[in-house]
Amino acid sequence: MTDSTKTAEIIGSVGKVIEEQKEYLTELDRPIGDSDHGINMARGFAAVEKKLPTVAGKDIGTILKTVGMTIVSTVGGASGPLYGTAYMKAGAAAAGKTEIGMEDFLKMLGDAIDGVKMRGHSDVEEATMLDAMVPSLNAMKEAFAAGKTTKEILDAGVKAAWAGAEHTKGLVATKGRASYVGERGLGHQDPGATSYAYTLQAIASNYC
Amino acid sequence: MVGIVIVSHSENLAKSVIELTAMMAENANIAPAGGLEDGSMGTSFERIKSAIESVYSEDGVLVLMDMGSAVMTTEMVLEDLEGKKVEMVDCPLVEGAVVAACDSEGNMSMEEIKADLAAVAGTHKF
Repeated sequence: MTDSTKTAEIIGSVGKVIEEQKEYLTELDRPIGDSDHGINMARGFAAVEKKLPTVAGKDIGTILKTVGMTIVSTVGGASGPLYGTAYMKAGAAAAGKTEIGMEDFLKMLGDAIDGVKMRGHSDVEEATMLDAMVPSLNAMKEAFAAGKTTKEILDAGVKAAWAGAEHTKGLVATKGRASYVGERGLGHQDPGATSYAYTLQAIASNYC
Repeated sequence: MVGIVIVSHSENLAKSVIELTAMMAENANIAPAGGLEDGSMGTSFERIKSAIESVYSEDGVLVLMDMGSAVMTTEMVLEDLEGKKVEMVDCPLVEGAVVAACDSEGNMSMEEIKADLAAVAGTHKF
């Protein structure tokens, strides 16, 4: 269970890990993209940090929609509309709620994934953030159905997200800048899948 | 007159495309939306939105983009401007911009310009 205050804290912790990993995420983007993923995401979350106090005490949906809009307005690269859409869709699924449980959380992640698929005209196995998002949600749904504890469910998700990010090394990108590099991108881990794994890890560490 | 917006990751590229279109259509209703507010590379939601608004009329606006986030960010601006007569066009940026600017200056309708741009998308240079 998490509430509005906790949600704002969790977003703050996501921003912190993105800032900490800014150089690494940008480094991952160098061989296959335009070397800006970490810089762009950190710029977005710096703006989010400034915006969060303006929605303090609002419902979780409003907080996440504001996060999404801020990311869209400030990131500048493809991760702007993609992560922006993800947060906005997750926010729409939590509209009006000041508390959410695991079932809500999993629904929010599912809607976020659908948003990313729609915005990027993409799916799994194309070396994108979806390769971390989809398997991690599946792992969490499975753990939830098996009656695991909140911590066990989140740990299963984080583990699957990292495995998914690792899996992108063996995939040839067919979407975005990385598709221009084609097979030369093999062996490189997708920066978007990596930033998502960090995101979920930060959520999991601060959820309960 | 139909408005045209040029979206690019680069502020210079967006402006230069318009410099090029001005050779043939100096008085076209066209605006650039390139780069981020701080001058760095990227596509800005606010810049795209305000460029659209700057050339908007009931005749409508067509938006031409370079690639990637330029397309996705424009999509989100269009969702934000729901109900307004604004559409994205899928065609080569430079050739499309020149055709669109000439058509706009010639007071062609949005549908007519779209048909010309669809032809541009299927044209080979040699």
